[in-house]
Amino acid sequence: MTEKNRIRLLSFSLIFGFFLMWEVLCLLLNVSDLVLPRPSEIIVTLWVKFPVLWPHILQTLYSTLTGFVLGVMIGVTLGVIVGTSKVAYAVAYPLLVGFSSIPKVAVVPIFVLWFGSGTTPAILTAMVICVFPIVVNIATGLATTEPDLEDVLKTLGASKKEILWNVGLPRTMPYFFASLKVAITLSFVGAVLSETVASNRGIGNVMMTASSNFQVSLVFAGLIVLALLGVALYAFFSLLERRVTGWATRGNDIAVT
Amino acid sequence: MNSHAHAIAPHQTVSPTGPVHRRPAVELQDASVVFGSGDNIVTALSPTSLKLESGDFVALVGPSGCGKSTILRLVSNLIKQSSGLVLVGGKEAAAKELRIGMAFQNPTMLPWLTIEQNVMMPLKIVAPFKQTYLRDRKGAFRDRVHALLEQVGLKDFAGHYPWQLSGGMLQRSNMCRALIHEPDLLLLDEPFGALDQFTREELWQILQDLYLDRKPTVLLVTHDLREAGFLSRRICVMSARPGRIISDEAVNIPQPRDIGMIYSPEFVEMTQGLRELIAQVRK
Repeated sequence: MTEKNRIRLLSFSLIFGFFLMWEVLCLLLNVSDLVLPRPSEIIVTLWVKFPVLWPHILQTLYSTLTGFVLGVMIGVTLGVIVGTSKVAYAVAYPLLVGFSSIPKVAVVPIFVLWFGSGTTPAILTAMVICVFPIVVNIATGLATTEPDLEDVLKTLGASKKEILWNVGLPRTMPYFFASLKVAITLSFVGAVLSETVASNRGIGNVMMTASSNFQVSLVFAGLIVLALLGVALYAFFSLLERRVTGWATRGNDIAVT
Repeated sequence: MNSHAHAIAPHQTVSPTGPVHRRPAVELQDASVVFGSGDNIVTALSPTSLKLESGDFVALVGPSGCGKSTILRLVSNLIKQSSGLVLVGGKEAAAKELRIGMAFQNPTMLPWLTIEQNVMMPLKIVAPFKQTYLRDRKGAFRDRVHALLEQVGLKDFAGHYPWQLSGGMLQRSNMCRALIHEPDLLLLDEPFGALDQFTREELWQILQDLYLDRKPTVLLVTHDLREAGFLSRRICVMSARPGRIISDEAVNIPQPRDIGMIYSPEFVEMTQGLRELIAQVRK
């Protein structure tokens, strides 16, 4: 426990030290607040502008989470299909890799073209950007399930569905949650990206507008909000992961061979 | 040893098992298994015939890679024969006429479930238990699992996860999982292979008790001759790869047998004979 607290303390000191250094360097080098505002100024801006920022925060969260939930549903479905069939795995993999290697920035204009600017492209960007890691992880988890574990159920005469439900999916959970942590941050990036390009709401748009009005400290306030939201979302899924798949992180050296 | 007998009695009232099957439980007629195709043909099992009467305990011994496990995988319908016939309870293995319990060499406990949940798994899958699983898993089924775990000395570990148990304990759980649904046919694939001598002898006695209690048909694959001699009523010896059965002898020692027996001159003589036979066919 003391070791844990020590790490927490160090981690906190690092964050605090980072902002302190920023503040001190800005003061010493006399940096203009049009170039790089000091953290103290940013915090003041954040405090003053918070009532204005709040609806935009909600908007960004809404786009992120809606896109994420859709992405998870599609990702899990595709992952199960690809992972349970060797043929589907081999056939679909090149296509999936192809899709995943398209820079997702490039799809935003297409969504705008199809659906106009606003919430829809933000949700769709958040969705497409998080689908791939989920598909790959679910498919990998299912495809690498130890045949021994499946044999246990096969000898009992279990159906394919029962094997998937009792062995394949539980065994894939650690992979799934690992991918969720990646996916939620990606969704967030996707939503903000799309807001920056084509929306009049959301944190991305606030930063874009602030930047063209030279409200530099507001741009940085937006960044801080994004960082905090990102950490919060990540932390939530880490916690969920530890709850659900604790079995996989405890010494499982004698569990399966 | 016999005190265990009462512990198991309540299970039989729960069990809806029908009358004992009188036809052969397992019958292989010239069954063979060939893997691959073209030039890459590997014969895992030459045409082999074997018959197990209901309630019999047969041990299958032989050099490694001779196809012992292949026979088990045929009977449990994990693989299909390339030729010949595999009958289980008088029907094709795929028909699942008999209720099968199987224990592998690795305990293969599902790591995300507790020992209790692992042992209960067959009740979730196998009819007629699965029909009442949701209703009984917290009641009758749980009691049943606990009674069986108690019988093998794992009562206090029901709520533990597999990684918290030793190898011997995992094998005991494995045995419980193979028996919980009261199988007509018990298939054991070197279940004690990775254990030390003391644990192994202890588990032999537990298995003997469980067998004498419920009299399932048992097919045990092993390369431990003392294990075969102590537990089984019949020992079949297989030749080296590709295997077939070259000797089929009854073990005429009344059961239950005492573990000290394996050091008696008669027993040593019997295992010595088997040893020589296998040494010959290995060449």
